[in-house]
Amino acid sequence: MAHFTLNVNGASHQVDVEPDTPILWVLRDHLNLVGTKYGCGIAQCGACTIHLNGMATRACQLQVSMVGNSEITTIEGLSENGEHPVQQAWLEEDVPQCGYCQTGQIMSAVSLLKNNPHPSDEQIEMGMSGNLCRCGTYTRIKKAIKRASNN
Amino acid sequence: MSTFKTKNSRREFIRNVSLASGGMILSFNWLASCSSSERELKALPKNWFELNGYLKIGDNGLATVMSPNPEIGQNVKTSMPMLVAEELDIDWNNVLVEQAPLNVGLFGNWQIAGGSRSIGNSWVPLRQAGATARKMLLMAAASAWSVPVNELTTSDGIITHKLSGKSDHYGVFAEQASHLEVPEEVELKELADYKIIGHSKKNVEGKNIVTGKPLFGLDIYKEGMLTAMIVHPPAFGKVLKSFDASSVINMPGIKDVFTINTFNDEEARGWSDVTAFNEQVVIVGESTWQVIKAKKALKVEWKNMSKTIIKQAGWGGNATDVSIPSGLENTIDHNKNLIDYSSLPLQTARKNGNPEKAFKEAAKVLERTYTAPFRAHNTMEPMNFFADVTEERVILSGPVQTPEAAEGSVATRLKMPREKIEVHLSRMGGGFGRRLYGSFVVESALISQHMKAPIKLVYTREDDMTYGTYRPAYSLKYRAAIDKDNNLTAIHVIGGGIPESPLHENRFPAGALDNYLAEKWVIPSNITIGAYRAPRSNFNASAEQSFLDELAETLGKDPLEFRLELLKRAQENPVGERNDYDAKRYAGVLELVKKNAKWGAQDKKNLKRGVAAYYCHQSYVANVVDVRMDGNKPVIDQVFAAVDCGIVVNPDAAINLAEGGTVDGIGTAMYGELSFVDGVPQQDNFDKYRQIRHHEAPNKIYVDFVKSDIAPTGMGEPPYPPVQAALANAIYSASGKRLYHQPFIHELNS
Repeated sequence: MAHFTLNVNGASHQVDVEPDTPILWVLRDHLNLVGTKYGCGIAQCGACTIHLNGMATRACQLQVSMVGNSEITTIEGLSENGEHPVQQAWLEEDVPQCGYCQTGQIMSAVSLLKNNPHPSDEQIEMGMSGNLCRCGTYTRIKKAIKRASNN
Repeated sequence: MSTFKTKNSRREFIRNVSLASGGMILSFNWLASCSSSERELKALPKNWFELNGYLKIGDNGLATVMSPNPEIGQNVKTSMPMLVAEELDIDWNNVLVEQAPLNVGLFGNWQIAGGSRSIGNSWVPLRQAGATARKMLLMAAASAWSVPVNELTTSDGIITHKLSGKSDHYGVFAEQASHLEVPEEVELKELADYKIIGHSKKNVEGKNIVTGKPLFGLDIYKEGMLTAMIVHPPAFGKVLKSFDASSVINMPGIKDVFTINTFNDEEARGWSDVTAFNEQVVIVGESTWQVIKAKKALKVEWKNMSKTIIKQAGWGGNATDVSIPSGLENTIDHNKNLIDYSSLPLQTARKNGNPEKAFKEAAKVLERTYTAPFRAHNTMEPMNFFADVTEERVILSGPVQTPEAAEGSVATRLKMPREKIEVHLSRMGGGFGRRLYGSFVVESALISQHMKAPIKLVYTREDDMTYGTYRPAYSLKYRAAIDKDNNLTAIHVIGGGIPESPLHENRFPAGALDNYLAEKWVIPSNITIGAYRAPRSNFNASAEQSFLDELAETLGKDPLEFRLELLKRAQENPVGERNDYDAKRYAGVLELVKKNAKWGAQDKKNLKRGVAAYYCHQSYVANVVDVRMDGNKPVIDQVFAAVDCGIVVNPDAAINLAEGGTVDGIGTAMYGELSFVDGVPQQDNFDKYRQIRHHEAPNKIYVDFVKSDIAPTGMGEPPYPPVQAALANAIYSASGKRLYHQPFIHELNS
């Protein structure tokens, strides 16, 4: 076990965990931030997507010892109460079915739009292809990203 | 208005609900998020008054509606309360929704997410619950104002007496109403008067989902809770030989390593008690990552399983001895058997006319065999459950489609009366049938009992994929007899599977043919299977509707018109008594998709199209799929879906389900499979098991509904099967290649 000081959602957090613990489990088990989901543990589904210094990152592959002073943003830190334009677009399009993958989808979409504010259909499809949705809400996700892009 | 008697069992039921709901169970909020959804509402009331088990009225006029069924993504947490709110006649913006816990005494015996039956089964009782409460509020107002109850009207939660000009909201009368006798009969609205049903309402949980609130089973964290994982045999056909606890017990955070036997051999297993690996090693620790590391480090040995006999009940049936064969199975053998089953005995399931004669006299016989592999459900949220077992009581909480069955299994296994078991339902991160089989609930209870502590059992993705209740491997052989005048004279279908046959012998085109024969076969297996989104239909539609397409071509007919021609026969002069579909409604969705897709019109973009239709779970769906080929890869430009599910309760949510079913159907047909080598599943995570992704989904999906005043039926399953065949048929028109074996990706690349 080792002490780490993490910068999560703009606040400093102390944790005492093994150095190889993925940030996914630090967030969920130790910081009570459960919006970041476990789906596969091997960076194949995108359910655990967070932002590391603003870049979409798979939390299941990021060991706590590698983070240092980097800024971690989780879905809980994206906005106070769901006001972020991407979250709003998700609500307007009523995207979710089961909803489990959607926080990861939103974090990926925010990152995509940051790098490319007006993506084409193809750019959305390729940019989001690392995020699985078993309910098949892909067409709505695309609509929501376009809506957010236009706002 | 139509009048419904509340007397008989329904009245007792509603009364019981009122009495029982003051107790601990309803006042118990398990997850913060299971309480009222966080929509923009006016201030919460100071007091709530319960009118029946489904709803409470606040002193300020807000209503809380309980949603009884498990939420799996089918959106029942919104659509079921809509039924109550419609008849309560309240402004939807003044409705809060809570997830009810398991209580079949209160909510009836279909607190299940399965069979696409939540809305159909609750159509009458939920509206009655709302109408009963409304009537009691009216009676209270009549008494308060000293006016006849029949002079009162309601609208959006306001009661008005026009003659005196008096008017006030429900909250004013709620306390008085809560003391009244349940009325003998209530009136239900006419379809034309609906203000909520048939009008799209957004998911009540939407904001909680997009902000990452703790909604799911995996999100449960309780004081003193430990994390548990299982280590199960690596292959079907293997069992535990030995394990070395000392290899991990001293690792950081590890609390205990032990084995459990999920079911006792002397007790019959219920229908949902499906497990391939009854004995497993359990590792319990303080945090998830610590247990994952120990799981990888555990030294354990396995041995081959002998032939085993278990006592297992079917759906509501008596237990019978079921023989589980020994051996380590291989997909290569399965595939051979799916095509070459000729040594197996065939069982006749249905026969009309004289099919043997028709085939003997046929000028031409079209014969095609279709197959599909085992499939894992792969819900995005892996299996998990929370259990807190003491000698006095059991608290269970998590995602399960069949809470009542799971409670019964825990009661049997722990020898604990049901009354001492509470089951709380979390939102499910997908189900698709996997969570019908709650052996993981029993596992969690046994682990908590052993640890004398609250625990959360968590399956890793690998556990989830390699320890499943899979969709069986299926085969359908279709044969059609065509006479010298090019008339279709008979169809013969042989449906088989490992270890279950997919055959629906009474489904279309049965009923449309004078001569028809349906036969089936099965090969036993030790690979565990279960219901998978639209069981059996999920393959039947693909095979049957692909065959009808090729048959239409052979007969020189338009594939859509050919189906309508058969359905006309089935409607006007049906063959046989037991046809399970309504030919008129079946034709209705084909007519609608024909119109919407402009079937037959010349296409400018060089798109090629395919059509298919199917009936299952009481609903009808037809699809037209437009594709173009990019080399061997189909690019799906658009999909039209025409649906008849009776009255559409929540249109936009129903469209969402049809879109999702379409995408899932395409993914199933194209990519997904679970294969085995020496009993070992060859896909254990999403790097090897291919699920459809964003760039493989259709560019556009157009969903439309047949206008109907028939009581609503399900939307979870019906949109999933037919698109698989519509895709295969479209690929044929685009590439000239007929596809017979799922996943199609192999045939397309060969």
